[in-house]
Amino acid sequence: MIEMQDAAYGYGAEPLLSGLTLTLAPGSFHFLTGPSGAGKTTFLKLCYAELLPTGGTINLFGHKANGLGRDDIADLRQRIGVVHQDCQFLDHLPLSQNIALPLTVTGKSGILDEANLNELIGWVGLTARSDATPPELSGGERQRAALARAIIMDPDLILADEPTGNVDWEMSLRLLNLLVELNKLGKTVVIATHDLALIRAAKQRVQARVLRIQGGQIMSAGADL
Amino acid sequence: MSIRDRLLSMLTGDGQADRVVPRSGQSARLTLATSAAMAFLAVFAMALSMASGRLADRWSSALAQTATIRISAPPAEMDTQTWAVLTVLEQTPGIQSARALTDEEQQALLAPWFGPDLPLDDLPIPRLVEVLETPEGYDSDGLRQRLAAEAPGAVLDDHDRWRRPLAEAAHRLRLLGWMALALILGATAAMVTLAAQAALSANEQVIRVLRLVGARDRYIAHAFVRRFTLRALTGALAGTIAGLVAVAILPSARDTAAVLTGLSFSGAGWLWPLVIPPLAAATAFMATRFAAFRTLRGLQ
Repeated sequence: MIEMQDAAYGYGAEPLLSGLTLTLAPGSFHFLTGPSGAGKTTFLKLCYAELLPTGGTINLFGHKANGLGRDDIADLRQRIGVVHQDCQFLDHLPLSQNIALPLTVTGKSGILDEANLNELIGWVGLTARSDATPPELSGGERQRAALARAIIMDPDLILADEPTGNVDWEMSLRLLNLLVELNKLGKTVVIATHDLALIRAAKQRVQARVLRIQGGQIMSAGADL
Repeated sequence: MSIRDRLLSMLTGDGQADRVVPRSGQSARLTLATSAAMAFLAVFAMALSMASGRLADRWSSALAQTATIRISAPPAEMDTQTWAVLTVLEQTPGIQSARALTDEEQQALLAPWFGPDLPLDDLPIPRLVEVLETPEGYDSDGLRQRLAAEAPGAVLDDHDRWRRPLAEAAHRLRLLGWMALALILGATAAMVTLAAQAALSANEQVIRVLRLVGARDRYIAHAFVRRFTLRALTGALAGTIAGLVAVAILPSARDTAAVLTGLSFSGAGWLWPLVIPPLAAATAFMATRFAAFRTLRGLQ
């Protein structure tokens, strides 16, 4: 699904990340840890081609990231669901339209009827809030809405950047359970977090692989926490 | 997709695509006002150009294929020289007809300046001979040489000396009108580009979200381009109607016979300003498309 071979990325002369060599296999579950500023978000951005590697190679679904055109990247993102810490919604649209946005912009609104959409909104527990606009939602509601939007296109890969950063422990577990449920449906999940308690909680539910980024490199990989 | 198809899809629209970009009041008003003002000015530029064209044609054709020969001679030689001039003209190829003006006709010509009671017999007034050319024309230099030999007091005036600068001035005025129209279109494109860039910058976060969820550049650009094209079309339509009304209520040329009051359209010329709104829309379409894709290229 995603293969990195000695991949590197840097904003200036000094690379922020280097020597990234790993494979994210279909149906796998990964945690990405490391101190703040270590490059977790940069790693995720490399996975959905918001950033392109400055060294080495990254293959995204069999395509070299550096060889992708802008339309190719847009098409690729239809196979990747991204949940940001700050969620990033269109504030002028109600929640239901925000969740359906990936379908709208790709001209696929017809593949999901209103009942299916309501079912998805219900799955993340936001039925009562479907007409609210994003600024009217709490942090936890926004995270769940972001997750619903991320999976509406039935992606193969879900990338979550600190999805529990702004929510309480109960909501963190709820989000984790949703992501585990998706993994059991065959989705590959990558969660960037520095919340070790969340990783321990996940261990009881799913076979997770932990990747630690430190000093610009993936220091340990493959071992369960 | 051809440009025609793209313009058609602009008009038919996509409601869902329209909703993803929030409405931006300031840039909308700016585009509308700019397009209306520019279309208003464009109507005047077009009227100026067309009026100048008519003027140039009139001045070019007025007195064309006519000439005047002025004979200044002592009274005793006047008839002899007039006869010599008429004889020369009769033998010159390219001359259709020639005749000497009568005293009454000469008096009528001078009356506006000297009054009706001018004593022509007492004044050394030159004799005027009116000449009409054939369509092929005559050799004016050859005729001048023959007249100098046969009638030394005769001077040929083919009207070209004053007619040509006037016609050239009118032609240049027409060119100026078209240049003004081109400048107006250019200024419209620049202003719409600025307004579109402002709207795109204001909506950078929206664009990032759209890219994140898989929107192609064409989809995002289309949402902005359609909005600005329709605004430009609406504004230009209003400006054109206002401009046409303003031109229509200008004083008529027949009332004053002055050059500037002839600033109007004639006949089917009134239909020409109708091209301004589509032209403004096409300009906005291209300017916004250019601005949108340039902005999008800067965002991954």
